[in-house]
Amino acid sequence: MSIRKLLIANRGEIAVRIIRAARDLGIATVQAHSDADADSLAVRLADDAVNIGPPQAAKSYLNIKAIVEAAQEAGADAVHPGYGFLAESSHFADAVEAAGMAFVGPRGETIRMMGDKVAARTAAMNAGVPTVPGSDGRIDDVGETEKLAAEIGYPVMIKAAAGGGGRGIRIAHDAKEFAHFFQLAQTEASSAFGDGGLYVEKVIEDARHIEVQVLGDGTDVVHCFERECSLQRRRQKVWEEAPSMAVSPEARAMLCASAVALAKSVNYRGAGTLEYLYDDTTGDFYFIEMNTRIQVEHPVTEWITGIDLVAEMLRIAGGEPLRLKQDDIVSRGHAIEVRINAEDPANDFLPFPGVVGTLSVPGGPGVRFDTMLYSGYAIPPFYDSLLGKLIVWGDTREHAIDRLKGALSELDVPGVKTTVPLYTALAGDADVRANAVHTRWLEHWLESNAKQL
Amino acid sequence: MSIEIFSPLPGTFYRKPAPDQPVYKESGDAVAKGDVIGLVEVMKTFYEVKSELDGHIDVFLVENEDPVQAGQPLAKLKG
Repeated sequence: MSIRKLLIANRGEIAVRIIRAARDLGIATVQAHSDADADSLAVRLADDAVNIGPPQAAKSYLNIKAIVEAAQEAGADAVHPGYGFLAESSHFADAVEAAGMAFVGPRGETIRMMGDKVAARTAAMNAGVPTVPGSDGRIDDVGETEKLAAEIGYPVMIKAAAGGGGRGIRIAHDAKEFAHFFQLAQTEASSAFGDGGLYVEKVIEDARHIEVQVLGDGTDVVHCFERECSLQRRRQKVWEEAPSMAVSPEARAMLCASAVALAKSVNYRGAGTLEYLYDDTTGDFYFIEMNTRIQVEHPVTEWITGIDLVAEMLRIAGGEPLRLKQDDIVSRGHAIEVRINAEDPANDFLPFPGVVGTLSVPGGPGVRFDTMLYSGYAIPPFYDSLLGKLIVWGDTREHAIDRLKGALSELDVPGVKTTVPLYTALAGDADVRANAVHTRWLEHWLESNAKQL
Repeated sequence: MSIEIFSPLPGTFYRKPAPDQPVYKESGDAVAKGDVIGLVEVMKTFYEVKSELDGHIDVFLVENEDPVQAGQPLAKLKG
């Protein structure tokens, strides 16, 4: 049964992206929105819109009951959760399906399993996917774990089983620190996540962040190659590209095969991403977690493969088997995405909501701008600072970086400070051009360069 | 002397450091210059709102979790 009417339970640029994919497939759209988003671009573009509550996300975009009721009243037969908010809430997925609608994503049980970092790690090990050396499961006894930490070698990370997105992590450099942090982490994890479960992993120094995009229909799984997202600030990605120039063809084949094996072992349904750390010096890769949703940086994969990932998600949720065979999916050229945030990079990335003047948007061959902005739009302060994503494509990585520079020079968001100056500087940086980066490179770079942005 | 404390940024105002913790200050509480009286969340980042003088809080002008504008008065202070 294909989807006829879709409720979009998200906002911002991803809501706009989902509306466009639905429109391509002839699916009617209903945009759920808070009081603060009544004038949003997504509301303007959707066929219909429904108010789900006050500006605060907890009372609107995180309100499962309000969203499910709105979807039923609107006559929707499916709900797309986007990313963030309820995208990885198994309760939400369950509630949508219990109300007789399709959830555009995996089953609730898959979200639950992958959301528990220890269960995900166990699933990876069972599927033969390399994981970061560490504990085989949750750990309780500090003495026993101290022995294990000494075995795998300091520094080690103490992580909360229920954490994610960089939260709930402490790094111990020796046994004394370990004992101290272990107690702290247990208390923190139970108060922050309602679950004091911990596990331990070796710290892979100066690693790259590589992730593999997969699509599954509940039986079959294909991969759409990898992305590299090593340029991060406070564990948040800012610049993403595909393919990764750091992995060899052999390593790529192994990485992608491992992602398919893991997704298949859990009968994965929908679009998902398996995140890995990649050690340049040894060529080893280690699974860290799976994101059971569409990701912010999906367009770089779309550009090198020509696949509309959001449209494929909608087809799968409508009950279609995978249309793509692995051999049909080929990679061409190089794509880069940068996240345009309403933040002042010269002032410790201070958030900068405001009213947009006359917007100038870049264009031309190899340039795509996914955004929620329009001229005169008042950016609300209640949500994250992502305004849009500038994505460029070139025959080669160098060509893509050159196009990025040109496109950035055409982009103007008057009235608001944005991260554009950061990317202009990075596009001209020798290390970035040489791809000599790792996940902590950007923070070091900012220490000496942020003030000049 | 009566003076108002203004929100430095637009966002959401919180009177508590975390949902399960007590409020920073009650009406009538004494405050010293630099004391935190609440938080403003803007784009998922939290900023502390501090008193600019010694005195006590006369009244809060916005509720916990209310949306606020930049420059909006949050509380009245008596010096």
